[in-house]
Amino acid sequence: MPFESASLIAVLPELVLLITACVVLIADLYLRDDQRGLNHTLTILGLGAALGAIGLVSEPGATLAFSASFVRDPLSDVLKGVILVVNLLLFVYSREYMRERKLWVGEYHALILFATLGMLIMVSANSFLTLYLGLELLALCLYALVAFDRESTVGAEAAMKYFVLGALGSGLLLYGISMLYGASGGFGFAEVAEQVIADGMSNKVLTLGMVFVLIGVAFKFGAVPFHTWMPDVYQGAPTPIVLLISSAPKVAAFAMAVRILIQALGGLQPDWGQILIILAVLSMALGNVVAVAQTNIKRMLAYSTIAHVGFIFLGLLAGTQEGYAAAMFYTIIYALMSAGAFGVLAMLSTQGADVQELTDIKGLNDRDSWLAAMMALMMFSMAGVPPAVGFIAKLLVLDAVVSIGLTWLAVVAVAFSIIGAFYYLRVVKMIYFDQPTTELPLAISGDARVAISINGMAILLLGFFPATLLSLCENVFY
Amino acid sequence: MGFEKFLFYLFAAIALFASVMVITRRNPVHAALYLVLTFVSTAALWLLIEAEFLGIVLVLVYVGAVMVLFLFVVMMLDIDIAAMRAQFIRYLPLGLVVTGLLVVNLFLVLGSNHFGLELFAKPVGQPADYNNTAELGMQLYTTYLYPFEIAAVILLVAIIAAIRLTLRRRLDTKYQDSAQQVRVRKGADRVRLVEMPSELPQPAEYSIKTNGGESNA
Repeated sequence: MPFESASLIAVLPELVLLITACVVLIADLYLRDDQRGLNHTLTILGLGAALGAIGLVSEPGATLAFSASFVRDPLSDVLKGVILVVNLLLFVYSREYMRERKLWVGEYHALILFATLGMLIMVSANSFLTLYLGLELLALCLYALVAFDRESTVGAEAAMKYFVLGALGSGLLLYGISMLYGASGGFGFAEVAEQVIADGMSNKVLTLGMVFVLIGVAFKFGAVPFHTWMPDVYQGAPTPIVLLISSAPKVAAFAMAVRILIQALGGLQPDWGQILIILAVLSMALGNVVAVAQTNIKRMLAYSTIAHVGFIFLGLLAGTQEGYAAAMFYTIIYALMSAGAFGVLAMLSTQGADVQELTDIKGLNDRDSWLAAMMALMMFSMAGVPPAVGFIAKLLVLDAVVSIGLTWLAVVAVAFSIIGAFYYLRVVKMIYFDQPTTELPLAISGDARVAISINGMAILLLGFFPATLLSLCENVFY
Repeated sequence: MGFEKFLFYLFAAIALFASVMVITRRNPVHAALYLVLTFVSTAALWLLIEAEFLGIVLVLVYVGAVMVLFLFVVMMLDIDIAAMRAQFIRYLPLGLVVTGLLVVNLFLVLGSNHFGLELFAKPVGQPADYNNTAELGMQLYTTYLYPFEIAAVILLVAIIAAIRLTLRRRLDTKYQDSAQQVRVRKGADRVRLVEMPSELPQPAEYSIKTNGGESNA
């Protein structure tokens, strides 16, 4: 099929990001150290323009482009928007942190922009080839970003572990893709889906390929038992990079799960649903129980991520439109909560301090009551305490699980959530009822303060008025 | 047909043998050389299925460029094989169990009952004037244009990441700036004439007392 220039319109958001990344890369060559702020401005403008471009090309229904290797549909519009917004927040939160550590260089902006581009490509993938390339683009940027602080030996170690395990995960995914290709003769999701409908469960090649692909998905999410990279990476990487890894890529991984499991392998739902039950229960159990024992707050939040991934899987395994919408809602909310929590940690890690231990945030209320309130809000939301939106997200997922008759699973999920509430509330207790261990003043820039306020208000207001976002999620799957 | 089959089994056996040698050799240089052998025999297998362009590219790019670079790196690194071996033995039983399960599983699924000749007909060979390279280029720049462009971006990111992680500005590095060298003008830039009073011969004992001849006028 020859190239059609109309295809370029559909990929406008991706094009805008690619151009921004290249412009930042070139502009950085000519900037003096005191002019690095221009990189930041260009990046913010580029992300904003990409958001505008999503609105521009958005329309009901799906658009295929580039010989059906790209698709723009309501799912991709919403998820791309979320990814861009979360990364906008990231850049605002991380500025002081990176500047203080002399990491405020053009590569930082360019690599994150390329990572964002990779996520957008994953979200809009319509064939296994595109999906895999998007995933690799994202992963390659993340490996480099984890080791971004060259002086840090823990950072290098974390990057090494991430790289080796990430390569293993990608390898398993590729192996699965090759089997699906062998069974269906095509890379496109539609071609695989046709073959699945024709053969169903009887085709063992499809089933084994599905298992391998599912391992790849679970690895990217960080579900137990493919979670081993997460605690070390969270602990070793610079806090803004942890923010990046823990928020937007989860949204991209969700898109990957939807594209592969639902769009391509929807016919095998009874099969992968069973596997997801095991992964979900293990993730919720291990994540919540081990998080209690952590003293390092970044490590604790890593285990908390694992537990949340278990919840996202609960929605997916339900196999109903309601469940998919609930999982999507949960993923979006999780990305916002995680961005907020790590955003606060990044803001606290200035003036020579580096928040690593739980004790570092003791008495935050005495030092900055607004920041303390925002952190407490994120923790309440993660624990699932109303009125924060985390409660609604958990409720929707549990409702989806109960409605397919898996009440025991919902009970298990609630039980582990209660265990999880302990360590979230311990953070709140430390913020409000403990004496600060340091008298260091906090210097937080105005834009970061505005961004965290918007982030916190979004968590609170979505808790009161979840209908808009929820209907967006439901539109995608109904 | 018979000869082709013979060639297939020959090169497949060499590839398998060489890849086992890659992971069992004590000397990393030997391992890298066996990897070259694996690539070459794989390239031969590709030629057998009429993927000539891919076979040649495998030899040119992987054997010619990547592996040579890899050999350089291996020769420069000091790898402690003994320490790695201890880890290897420790996890060997678990690894063998997992590998055994995986192999049985894969054999059952990927064996001839799912991919046998009765399920997939033998593809018809192409005529002698069929241009593999042109067809491949045609596909790359039309149907697979989007993935192709993404691959280009991935390569760009690889460059940026590698430079970011390894480039260090060292203050004590000595280097030549050829732009400055070219800009040198004849005369003032090349030779500096210094006015100096002519040296007077010093008495020997005087020079010893003052410990050197710096202060002489």
